[in-house]
Amino acid sequence: MSITTLADKINDANAKGRTALIPFLPGGYPNKESFWKEILELDANGADIIEIGMPFSDPVADGPVVEAASMKCLADGVNLKWIIEGLAKVRSQINAGIVLMGYYNPVLQYGLEKFAKDANGAGINGLIIADLPYEEGLEFRDLLAANEVALVPLVGLNTEPERMKLYADGGNGFCYFVSVLGTTGDRDSLPEEIKVGLKHAKDIFDIPVALGFGLKHPSQLEQLEGLVDAAVFGSALIRHIDDGKSCAEFMKVWT
Amino acid sequence: MKRGYFGDFGGQFVPELLMPPLLELEEAMGRILKSAEFQQEYTSLLKNFVGRPTALTHCQNLSRELGFNLWLKREDLAHTGAHKINNTVGQALLTKMMGKPKMLAETGAGQHGVATATAAALLDLECDIYMGAIDVKRQSHNVRRMELFGAKCIPVHSGTQTLKDAINAAMRVWIANQRTTHYCFGTAAGAHPFPLLVREFQSVIGREAKQQFKERTGEMPYMVVACVGGGSNAIGMFHEFVNEKSVKIVGVEAAGTGEPGCTNSAPINLGTPGVLHGMNTLLLQSDDGQILPSHSIAAGLDYPGVGPEHVHLHATGRAEFGMVNDSQAINAFQMLCQKEGILPALESSHAVAWVIENKDTIPKDANVIVNLSGRGDKDMDILDDYLAQHGK
Ligand SMILES: Cc1ncc(COP(=O)(O)O)c(C=O)c1O
Repeated sequence: MSITTLADKINDANAKGRTALIPFLPGGYPNKESFWKEILELDANGADIIEIGMPFSDPVADGPVVEAASMKCLADGVNLKWIIEGLAKVRSQINAGIVLMGYYNPVLQYGLEKFAKDANGAGINGLIIADLPYEEGLEFRDLLAANEVALVPLVGLNTEPERMKLYADGGNGFCYFVSVLGTTGDRDSLPEEIKVGLKHAKDIFDIPVALGFGLKHPSQLEQLEGLVDAAVFGSALIRHIDDGKSCAEFMKVWT
Repeated sequence: MKRGYFGDFGGQFVPELLMPPLLELEEAMGRILKSAEFQQEYTSLLKNFVGRPTALTHCQNLSRELGFNLWLKREDLAHTGAHKINNTVGQALLTKMMGKPKMLAETGAGQHGVATATAAALLDLECDIYMGAIDVKRQSHNVRRMELFGAKCIPVHSGTQTLKDAINAAMRVWIANQRTTHYCFGTAAGAHPFPLLVREFQSVIGREAKQQFKERTGEMPYMVVACVGGGSNAIGMFHEFVNEKSVKIVGVEAAGTGEPGCTNSAPINLGTPGVLHGMNTLLLQSDDGQILPSHSIAAGLDYPGVGPEHVHLHATGRAEFGMVNDSQAINAFQMLCQKEGILPALESSHAVAWVIENKDTIPKDANVIVNLSGRGDKDMDILDDYLAQHGK
């Protein structure tokens, strides 16, 4: 394992002429029993990186679909320990890179040093923390990097190039570009100004750029050729699973 | 690089998408708040609209009974019936001078929602208030007031459907509407610069109290006391006295029903360090870092976190933080009604109750100023329910 695993996964997909695919599923969704089966199915059906949500009681960056799914997982007793220990058991069967996504407080209570060590032990390649901006995250980024885990920077439509440069300097994994000024949740169209922001990100970051928040269909990416190295989709996948359909079927549309 | 710390507490733990409006707000504070134009306008509104200075009342009857001099800083007499208006008039004026046409706010009991709607009506700003669906039901009277002022009150159905979820909803909406909208935060908590901004507008309480007390007695008080929900009325009273080393400072948290292990609203006494709503502070939370529901009979104290400056004042020992339970607060509420003809808010009753419960530790003839943060008309239904349930 290495700190470049996530970038390597995306670059490999791009070298084969396709956008890398990053499905998101909250840890323990739709239930604790079938969750790992879903993850293996995503892996077998074209996921380059899989994002596992760490449920939190107060998810300010998430829309209603992800929030409701996270609340169900919390009610079922999912916690960080369950996710990390479960992952350690199945990691050798998963080809994709693994990223955990969530909020700072559960990680803080788990213990930052212990988290960095256990994440490495469980084969976690990266971490996305929705409420840890550059200023607050610098020390943790170093701690994670020392354990071969990337702290993935999040930027968006209102991030000026100057701030992107702060994140880019020493940033690892991939750059997660948030497609809308808003929360997670699928939307029919993406804002026009997105191209300007993506161009800045592509110029400023050495690592690949992934687009997320609001993706529900590959056709949304057609206008953005050359600007997006990877696509993240969460709410659309959760809705699909809620409709009783399989992950394999969902991935088919994208591969 | 880190900004907005009080010792180890505070900070800016928000999504990157909220950093630009927070940085914009910090810049605007630096530029606008000190300007003569803002100062003139704000001072005039405090005097002619809010009704400041509010009175400092010496409680003749209770003082005799308690054995020390009890003084009340009468924020219940401010327009809309609580200290909240000091903050919202200031933030509305700032919104206007920043060139934004709209404010949004969260509210728990509805007091901050009403105060925000009032300031928005006065200064011709659009106004959306987010309120937990449970609070909308139990505080329907305040919802009606907000609507009369032309604000829109939007029920929040996620999570525990109370104040903390209303803050989450307001933060989400602010992400999407930051270019046109100012988030008028209701207490001295949240991400930097909100704890400083709200303190700036509430510190008029302590400044007035200090001057009024000096004019009346020529002295400094022995002690100042205030209830702590998020911490705005308390920091408003404390700020002026922090550097007066002889003055004791006491914050009062809500212990809920009071038995060991009960649901409470006392994170400084009973919580652990963690991060919520943009700040590193003390929180009611599980071992896994999930935020726990809070409870107090005083809706305005019902919050699982607390402003970071209070945690710092606690950590350094500069202030003491006590706890008062529902029944002690009800007792103080009734005493103040019967002995002094003052109907206090249940929140403020916690501060009054602390000095009653701790009267034996206060020297004879000492001067104690309690911040009476609001009036209790809003609490009549809650009081009646409580008395009916407890057979009184
Ligand atoms: C009368 C009154 N006092 C106190 C509070 C608690 O807030 P804070 O701790 O910010 O003063 C409230 C909140 O609604 C209130 O209405």
